Amino acid sequence: MKKWMWLVMLCLAIGASGMTGCGRGGQDVTVLRVANWEEYLDEGGWSSDETIELADGTEILGKEDMITLFEQWYEQTYGEKVQVEYSTFGTNEDLYNQLTLGDTFDLVCPSEYMIMKLMKEGELQAFSDTFKQQNAEENYYSKGLSPYIKKRFDELQIDGKKLSDYGAGYMWGTMGIVYNPAEVTEEETKHWSMLLDPKYQKRITMKDSIRDSYIVAQAINKEQLFLQKDFRQDYQYEQRLYEEMNDTKPQTVDKIEEILAKMRENAYSLETDSGKADMVTGKVVANMQWSGDGVYTMDQAEEDGLELEFAVPEEASNIWFDGWCMLKKGISSDTNKQKAAEAFINFVSRPDNVIKNMYYVGYTSVISGGDSDLIYEYADWCYGAEEEEKTVPYSLRYFFTDEPENASEQYVLQVPKGQERRQVYAQYPPKEVLQRSAVMKCFDQKENERISKMWINIRCFDWGDLF
Amino acid sequence: MFRRNKLCLPYVAFLILFVVLPLLVVLYYAFTNGQGQFTMRNFTDFFTNGRTIGTLFYSFVIALITTVCCLLLAYPTAYILARGGFTRSGVWMILLVTPMWINFTLRITAVKEVLSLLQGNLAFHPLFNTILCMVYDFLPFMILPIYNVITKLDDALPEAAADLGAKKIQVFWKVMIPMSMPGIISGVTMVFLPAMTNYVVLDMIYNSTYIMGSLIGSYFSTYDWNNGSMISMILLLIIFGITWITDRLTGEDASDRKGGLAA
Repeated sequence: MKKWMWLVMLCLAIGASGMTGCGRGGQDVTVLRVANWEEYLDEGGWSSDETIELADGTEILGKEDMITLFEQWYEQTYGEKVQVEYSTFGTNEDLYNQLTLGDTFDLVCPSEYMIMKLMKEGELQAFSDTFKQQNAEENYYSKGLSPYIKKRFDELQIDGKKLSDYGAGYMWGTMGIVYNPAEVTEEETKHWSMLLDPKYQKRITMKDSIRDSYIVAQAINKEQLFLQKDFRQDYQYEQRLYEEMNDTKPQTVDKIEEILAKMRENAYSLETDSGKADMVTGKVVANMQWSGDGVYTMDQAEEDGLELEFAVPEEASNIWFDGWCMLKKGISSDTNKQKAAEAFINFVSRPDNVIKNMYYVGYTSVISGGDSDLIYEYADWCYGAEEEEKTVPYSLRYFFTDEPENASEQYVLQVPKGQERRQVYAQYPPKEVLQRSAVMKCFDQKENERISKMWINIRCFDWGDLF
Repeated sequence: MFRRNKLCLPYVAFLILFVVLPLLVVLYYAFTNGQGQFTMRNFTDFFTNGRTIGTLFYSFVIALITTVCCLLLAYPTAYILARGGFTRSGVWMILLVTPMWINFTLRITAVKEVLSLLQGNLAFHPLFNTILCMVYDFLPFMILPIYNVITKLDDALPEAAADLGAKKIQVFWKVMIPMSMPGIISGVTMVFLPAMTNYVVLDMIYNSTYIMGSLIGSYFSTYDWNNGSMISMILLLIIFGITWITDRLTGEDASDRKGGLAA
């Protein structure tokens, strides 16, 4: 009898929770289903000694999580209720698989190549005109997007459609090398080929990711071309670099296979996460690393009294963006939903929220703040010199303003000497680094097959090892 | 009217939903291409690429060495525990099995630190480290079934063999080993098959060569369901093959013993 009672109660409980779920999703509440990378949005709960006190007196403290804050803000601003169902994913491919297996989201945050893939497949909903207007008070995204990133974004097109009509940037970064200056000279890190140097056998790490390893091997493969003056000064340099970096001709893929096989032989590990700890504990001396994880690694090492540095080699590198895009299937021409989705993008692009997210995530936001100098102040708070005797200027003008580089001294940080090779370099790389960084395109099926096969060949057992 | 065999209905439903249907999906993907047409290419691709065959071989070798090492370590341990005349063999058993309660990733992390300390740089001995960690990971799975079989053995049989003039060694080889065969075989199946696919161990100790499990994962992560499914099928066939062989071994064994007793 007792067991039956339990069962009945369980049924009731399930029924009740289902019903309340329906109730909350009723007419007056818009439900917004958001999928984002893990640990990619501030979760609040900062202790008060974490308060960021900027030079202009603004204090920023993440007491509550971004989702709750958004729901409150939305109700105050638009007088309507929104409820966010937030979920996370681990890789772009995981997200894509979830979407093909039938999960529906309204707003997702994949990397640029996945946005392009989804665009190609007609899965994305274009942003409304209201979202793009720069004069509206709440349009923090359109107002605040960094002029430099906007320019890079506008270059990206697929089938004649602009990526910026379908995707709004969130975080961005590059690929470089974190190294231990006690073991590796700055000079050596000017070339990606240091990762192949037998001198550092089993003391470097590479990325366990096809795309990232491919682009680095490509830079090694074409190093002579990339370092040529003529190539550098070509008036179509950016376009040519993009094409050369994304070259997937069969002979190129064969060469890249050779390079990556050598690199694997030389590598301590192929990792996506463990490299940070191995760098801090000194197990390895150089580490192929994404800029944001580079900042994290250097921060951690500093706590242990170890000074690490970051460099983006001279040949070329990759610049990537993660961005918000709306899915047609989820929004399904519900204007309330679209409004809430666009409001969400604007809310996370509001300067104080940008700072909270950057502080929590460690990557760099695409937002420079527009009229507000808050984000520059935050960069100054992070990296600006305080009492150090020797300082060096470090210009962030390209990111924060579209005025010419030498027009004024505004947006030029004074950083302690040495810092220009450390966190600030990874967080906001110098302009010339970004000029030699190409976006990696979304490969078509044929190209993908070729590259995956190459990667499998590299990772599988080579009979040659037996003899 | 209630019949007892209706109780198996939930199990049947579970089997259909979570075993049969997924297998059919795997089968479908394994023999089709991206457009859903029937093809054998996934199959021929696997067996014509020297590298993928190499990975099959590599997984096989790792699994084989791991199993042999586990057996060599586990049998004496189980034997001594079961028949060594310990007053508290149960306690000893628990002491040996307790590590199994700790999550294996934690244990491997600990071993990794020890190995780094001893070797200086882990990355120079990937195969050795892989096998060491696998043996460490799977050892309890080998000890338990063997221990269970040996404790339940009838003492009269080895005693009779000794009475009839068999030396200690002979008793061990000709009586103990054949009689503990069922335990050995279930131990081997519990170690060999998972060892072929347990790529988490390889990832954790930085062995960057793929084994079968990681190969399947790598295809799936690039949405190549077809090739991934084919390799899963191939692995499944290997597993069926091995189970079939071990079943026959135990079957023959049992009938042998019966015959022996009757004579």
